[in-house]
Amino acid sequence: MTIRKNIAVSESGFVFDPDNGDSYTLNETGKLIIDMLAEGKTEKEIKNYFTEHYDVDEGTLENNFNDFIIMLKNFNLTENE
Amino acid sequence: MKPKYTIAVTGLNNTDNPGPGVPVIRSLREAKSFDVRIIGLVYENLEPGIYMKNVADKVYQIPYPSSGSDELMQRIAYINDKENLDVLIPNFDAELFTFMKGEKQLKASGINTFLPTIEQFEERHKSELPKFGKKYGFDIPFSKPVANLSDINSIRNEFDFPVLVKGKFYDAYLAYNTSQIIEYFNKISAKWGVPVIIQEFIKGTEVNVSALGDGKGNTIGAVPMRKQYITDKGKAWGGITIGDKNLQDITQKLISKTKWRGGMELEIIKTHENKYYIIEINPRIPAWIYLATGAGQNIPEALVNMAVGKHVEPFKNYDTGKMFIRYSYDIIGDISQFEKLSVTGELEL
Repeated sequence: MTIRKNIAVSESGFVFDPDNGDSYTLNETGKLIIDMLAEGKTEKEIKNYFTEHYDVDEGTLENNFNDFIIMLKNFNLTENE
Repeated sequence: MKPKYTIAVTGLNNTDNPGPGVPVIRSLREAKSFDVRIIGLVYENLEPGIYMKNVADKVYQIPYPSSGSDELMQRIAYINDKENLDVLIPNFDAELFTFMKGEKQLKASGINTFLPTIEQFEERHKSELPKFGKKYGFDIPFSKPVANLSDINSIRNEFDFPVLVKGKFYDAYLAYNTSQIIEYFNKISAKWGVPVIIQEFIKGTEVNVSALGDGKGNTIGAVPMRKQYITDKGKAWGGITIGDKNLQDITQKLISKTKWRGGMELEIIKTHENKYYIIEINPRIPAWIYLATGAGQNIPEALVNMAVGKHVEPFKNYDTGKMFIRYSYDIIGDISQFEKLSVTGELEL
C-alpha cells in the first residue's frame, strides 16, 4: 500500500490533500508510518520496526496499525490497488 | 511601456454578501500588462468599496437596472464623456442583461466589454439548468421553476424532501416540507420576483470553479476552490484552491461546448460516489476571484486584455493549497465624502 503521490506531508506532520482541500494533523507515530509507506516499505517491515523500537505487544500494534491504515483508506489518501 | 486603461467596475458592496468589484479591482491593480484608473460604479452610497483605500480612483452612482435600461445607459454615456472609459466590467447578474444588450452601443462609444452572449446568458438560468444539462451532457439536479403557489402542489410528486428553494438571481433556502417551501417562496418572490426555483438537494461537498472563456471554445483560465467557511447566507468566508482534475475537465467541456465568452463561476456538488452535479452557472466573475489571482491566474487581467482585443494565452497552471480568509474591518470615512456622493452622485478619491 502506498500514499497517493500528490499528498503533501510536511515535516511537522501536517497532511494536505490537494484534490479536495482537506488537511489532517499526524502525531509522531502516524508521521513515521506515512514516511515509511512513502519510502515504499511493506506493512510487515513497518510493524517489525515498531516491535523493535517501541515497547508494544504484537496484538496492540496490529489493532492500532490496522485502525490507522483503514483511516487512511477512508480518507482516500492511499493509491487504489 | 505599459498601456493605461480606464476601467469601470460595479459591485463595490463588500458586505457579508459581497459583490466581486473589490477583488476584481485588486486583481486589476496587480496586473502586469497594464496600469489602471478605476472608476467605481455604485448603486448605494454606503457600498464599502467606495471608502476603501486604493480601490476606486473615482466613484459614480448609477441607477438600478430596474429603473430601465435607457436610464442606466444614459448614465454610462455621461460617465464616459467625463472619464473616457476603455473597459466596463459589470459584476451583478441583475445588470448583465442591460450591458449585454447594449454591448454594440458601448463599443461604439469606445467602451469595451467581454460578456457572454444573450443566448449563453439565458440558457444557463437556474430555471433552464436541467435543459442545459441535457443539451450539453452534464449532471444537473432536478429543478423546476415555480411562478405561483399553486404550481408547488402540481409538482409535489416530482421531488423528495429536502429541496432547495432558490431565487432567480440570489438567495437559497433548504425546505423540509411544503409549508416551508411556501414560506420561502413568499420571501424570495417578494425580493427577487418569480420564478422561484425548486431544486433537488444533492448531498456532498460544494466546490466552485472560477473560469474565463474566450468565446471560441477555449478555456483561458480555470481555478477550482472548496469553501472552507460558509456564512449564514451561504457565502464563502474562507476557501482553498484544489487540484481536482475532474473539475478542470467539466469546466473545459462546458466552455468548449457552449463557446462561453467572459467570466463565469460554476457551482458544483461532488457526491460521496464521486459524481459531479452542476447546481448553478453564474455568468460573471465571482466574489472570490482574488483567490484565483493569488493562485497564479489573474482572470480579470486576462478578461481586460481580451476585451481590448489582445490575444491572450491560456493559463497553464495554478497553485493548489492557496487560501483566502475574509475579514470585517472598520474604516473611518467622513460625512463630507458621503455628502458629496449623495448630492452630486460623484466622488473623486
